[in-house]
Amino acid sequence: MTQFPHLHADGAEVLAALTKAAAARILILDGAMGTMIQRYKFSEADFRGERFAHWNHDLKGNNDLLILTRPDVVEAIHLEYFEAGSDMVETNTFSSTSIAQADYGMEALAYELNYEGARLAKNAAKRAEAKDGRRRFVAGAFGPTNRTASISPDVNNPGYRATTFDQLREAYADEARGLIDGGSDIMLVETIFDTLNAKAALMAIEEVFEEKGLRLPLMISGTITDLSGRTLSGQTPEAFWYSLRHASPFSIGLNCALGAKEMRGHIQSLAKVADTLVCAYPNAGLPNEFGLYDESPEAMAAMVGEFATAGLVNIVGGCCGSTPDHIAAIAKAVKGVKPRAIPAIETKLRLSGLEAFEFAA
Amino acid sequence: MTTPVASFINIGERTNVTGSAKFRKLITNGDYSAALDVAREQVESGAQILDVNMDEGLLDSEHAMVTFLNLMAAEPDIARVPVMVDSSKWEVIEAGLKCVQGKPIVNSISMKEGEEKFIEQARKVRRYGAAVVVMAFDEVGQADTFQRKIEICERAYRILVDQVGFPPEDIIFDPNVFAVATGIEEHNNYGVDFIEATKWIRQNLPHAHVSGGVSNLSFAFRGNEPVRAAMHSVFLFHAIKVGMDMGIVNAGALPVYDEIDPELRELCEDVILNRRADSTERMVDAAARFKGDGVAQQDNKKDMSWREKAVGERLTHSLVHGITEFIEQDTEEARQQAVRPLHVIEGPLMAGMNHVGDLFGAGKMFLPQVVKSARVMKQAVAYLQPYLEQEKREMGLVDKPAAGKILMATVKGDVHDIGKNIVGVVLQCNNYEVIDLGVMVSAQRILDEARKHDVDIIGLSGLITPSLDEMVHVAAEMEREGFSVPLMIGGATTSRVHTAVKIHPNYSRGQTVYVLDASRAVGVASALLSEEQRGPYIADIKTEYAKIAEAHLRGEQAKLRMPLADARANRLKLDWEGYEPPKPSFTGTRVYEDFDLADLVSVIDWTPFFQTWELKGRYPAILDDEKYGEAARNLFKDAQVMLQRMVGEKWLTAKAVVGLWPANTIGDDIALYGDEARTEEIGRLHTLRQQISRREGRERAHIALADYVAPAGTRPDWIGCFVVTTGIGEEVLAKRFEDAKDDYSSILAKALADRLAEAFAERMHQIVRKELWGYAADESASAEELILEQYRGIRPAPGYPAQPDHTEKDTLFRLLDVERSIGVTLTESRAMWPGSSVSGLYLAHPDSAYFGVGKVERDQVEDYARRKGWTVEEAERWLAPVLNYDPAILRSMSQAAE
Repeated sequence: MTQFPHLHADGAEVLAALTKAAAARILILDGAMGTMIQRYKFSEADFRGERFAHWNHDLKGNNDLLILTRPDVVEAIHLEYFEAGSDMVETNTFSSTSIAQADYGMEALAYELNYEGARLAKNAAKRAEAKDGRRRFVAGAFGPTNRTASISPDVNNPGYRATTFDQLREAYADEARGLIDGGSDIMLVETIFDTLNAKAALMAIEEVFEEKGLRLPLMISGTITDLSGRTLSGQTPEAFWYSLRHASPFSIGLNCALGAKEMRGHIQSLAKVADTLVCAYPNAGLPNEFGLYDESPEAMAAMVGEFATAGLVNIVGGCCGSTPDHIAAIAKAVKGVKPRAIPAIETKLRLSGLEAFEFAA
Repeated sequence: MTTPVASFINIGERTNVTGSAKFRKLITNGDYSAALDVAREQVESGAQILDVNMDEGLLDSEHAMVTFLNLMAAEPDIARVPVMVDSSKWEVIEAGLKCVQGKPIVNSISMKEGEEKFIEQARKVRRYGAAVVVMAFDEVGQADTFQRKIEICERAYRILVDQVGFPPEDIIFDPNVFAVATGIEEHNNYGVDFIEATKWIRQNLPHAHVSGGVSNLSFAFRGNEPVRAAMHSVFLFHAIKVGMDMGIVNAGALPVYDEIDPELRELCEDVILNRRADSTERMVDAAARFKGDGVAQQDNKKDMSWREKAVGERLTHSLVHGITEFIEQDTEEARQQAVRPLHVIEGPLMAGMNHVGDLFGAGKMFLPQVVKSARVMKQAVAYLQPYLEQEKREMGLVDKPAAGKILMATVKGDVHDIGKNIVGVVLQCNNYEVIDLGVMVSAQRILDEARKHDVDIIGLSGLITPSLDEMVHVAAEMEREGFSVPLMIGGATTSRVHTAVKIHPNYSRGQTVYVLDASRAVGVASALLSEEQRGPYIADIKTEYAKIAEAHLRGEQAKLRMPLADARANRLKLDWEGYEPPKPSFTGTRVYEDFDLADLVSVIDWTPFFQTWELKGRYPAILDDEKYGEAARNLFKDAQVMLQRMVGEKWLTAKAVVGLWPANTIGDDIALYGDEARTEEIGRLHTLRQQISRREGRERAHIALADYVAPAGTRPDWIGCFVVTTGIGEEVLAKRFEDAKDDYSSILAKALADRLAEAFAERMHQIVRKELWGYAADESASAEELILEQYRGIRPAPGYPAQPDHTEKDTLFRLLDVERSIGVTLTESRAMWPGSSVSGLYLAHPDSAYFGVGKVERDQVEDYARRKGWTVEEAERWLAPVLNYDPAILRSMSQAAE
């Protein structure tokens, strides 16, 4: 793989820098990539570019592919976020697993997408740092894929699974290699709707760390899909945390599916039990009747700002519908606010099913 | 260092093929759906962790593990709790870990195959995010002595914590429980070795836990369950004391340590603690005497040794075992020893009841036993009453030391009170003063009495659906009159959702709390009245109810209904061309004045009887249930004795009235005629139609009861109506027991009267099918088939799912002239009085089957109101539980639109 020289970040150094920054202030993540891409109103031809002009699948909507066909645009969006105040941006690799790319027949491109996705974000980070001298980070993003390991898609056959832990683990390992080799500073497993998928991702990442002899900070972010207060796979926020605490992540949190208003209670639940940093990047409100997110930067920033003053968060950003304007407003709202103090949690055996279970001592 | 731990997690063996023969059979037969039921029952009965083990030689264990865990994941009521992935094969464990999204426990790994393998497996367990059970096993073998146990555990601990980075709190040691009293001398100290090792681990290996499979201990006494159970209980008592905090044990079958026969307990202790050289010999000699069915033995032998104890202990014994025989005698003795009669209540009697409360709270006693204890308590207090009165006269006031005053009532229009009475008894057992206003109590009276007695809590109960509305009304009245005391809601049709969505918002000054069953009542009451707990408890409830209300609102919006016209177009179309409805042997009514009760006993469906007492399971299996068996057998025995007297001494009178008439369907209604020519319409029964919106491709009909009767103009058809009661005499009977301070018998009598009424309905339906209507003259259903309703025709009741409108009973009562013919009346909410009565329609079509109407839309409500001659508001009130919309919201929206 000569065309992919390894650009590995120094995990220990990244962790030290992040830890130091997080102790001093609330860190800022970026906002939505998809919302920004939509503004360009790309056609099928734009998505294909020259390289995939004759690909045998429709490619419009494969946003991750723009990493290869419109790298200029992807990098520019990253830069916009950095300039709006983001400390870290997520790579545009939400669907860059072989499993998710199978919809486009692009399984084989998974490594390349991740590698280039990380490299573009890193380029943007360097450009931003050169401008103002402030350190920027790249979070290599792992999406949930479009399959669930603990839910059957067939209501008549509840024991059936469309994917397995091992299939997910292999796909995520491939993604991890690309993201690490391309220079990501952080591994971010996000929008987790099925905790078993996330467990597979985290195991894959651990194995790739071992394979490459390095270790990068981990961020984990789940999704409470509706007002029931549970993940799609049925877990409460506490149960979700106990299921993943073994990965010793730099942060745990929630993103997507809900606006800040609806997310608050669930972030609070996590903030109470998590002995690590808490990260929240909600959507810009709930979708309106046209399926669009229309919460204003000011409105969103006011609510996310309240997360901060209430002492619930250490890292904030935005998900669907948020833009550099939202991020700038949020950065302003949390500026100078003391980050959440990590609570001392009593040492106890804690287990989980869909709900949390705590052992007496 | 670690403090000794009070709590103990018991891990059941029912979803373990090595521990449960039943489960093994289900899995080897591939009956996973029944296997899931086993898991569900475990969780429902309080299992905190589910142990899943598929280690069976003939099974593909890996496949069975994956299949079962995946199926479990699809059941939210099972998947709620963490799993223990249990296998002696690593491949099976790993396959299991790949199916579990939560944080499970692995059971188990060890150093059996050396350190390297141990480390590798531990690392993997950690990466899967599980806690782990580590067996005290190394390259040499299983640890037997204290020294070996602690050496291996310490070595494993150091490797896990220092090399693997395993969190110490996620480590659970199993230092191996081995059989004692085997006759082999080296085995004698095994119990001590385990207990000592447990103590050492808890003191020296910070945060680690200790578990064990207890049944190994008594292996030498296979076939002698009472002795085995006693050994397990004694062993756990000592091991838990020093820090064992988890165990695989069949807890339901264990006797309480304090209650093991003292001789047997001492023998067990000698063996387990290795206290005498001849302990095994003595145990073996004595074991045969303790063999056999624990209950039978008690009855036959009547061990009276407890009579020799001090009076306080005797009182406790009588309370715990529900024995009234000696209560007056012992109470008198205690009174003579006490300075004041009140001290007998405050001292030994309360101490005894507290013990009962603790055992109940810990799931070691069950409702019927507690109610029996209350009977003993009441009799003791009644005995002391004259002395208390005398003292009161001589010394002035005597304060009754109550934990709180609770007013209880079955709401206006409802007559059902068994559940309420049980809750009352349980509360009294826990030192609450209960003011029971009885049944059919108006809101005004509830409020007046609450004020008069200055109560701390008001509890409302009800069984029929209109009572839900009445409860909302009481709550609103409490708000209006400025009450702020907590309001507890209970009863068969009440629910958490209804409480959260409908009652709670009407009473903002105080807190409304839904109480699932009698066993929860004390916990709720004490939390509400405790200074420290009240705040956080109420805050939790408020959050929970807000969540429920929100989820409910979203759920409501999501439920699409089909327009009535479309539902009607998709009505159930039976083939009336090819079917000739059978003509009854007579039309008009027939009255049964005094039906023979003896004829009903064999048709009784006992399962709901046990449910009334919160003993969960099916009859007759429940009599052998591990957890409830003993309580169920004793209750059943008491029930049989009472039933015999009930029948023999004619405590109750069974009456019935049945009517059969020509009938045809018009639209969704059924017209009844006085003559075969069908010119004189004597009544019209209204029915409601399903409006559920089904997914495409699921083309089941949208049924209404009217579909089962031939439409006018097709063929002549008939319909039947009935009311049966076994409640004549019920109230006198209950009152008689209550006056004798015998709540147990009072509740038992009512529960039996209820069962007899259901049995009567079943029996009468049979008579109708075979004789009166006669369409199934040759039917020969067994009692069991009758209970399972395996016969032609149905008898749906107004107020139940197939016709949720209770007011349809008005038509039944008018046509059958019920009040005059058999003396049953209707309350304003259309509950039948006396309560042990059943009414309904008879439908004979072979395809007729029970169904639920489900929620109905406004278009049907308007149409129904027109047919009933009601305003839409009246219809909405009676149909409130099945409305697919909130009339208040709908109205405010339409007003806003104007």
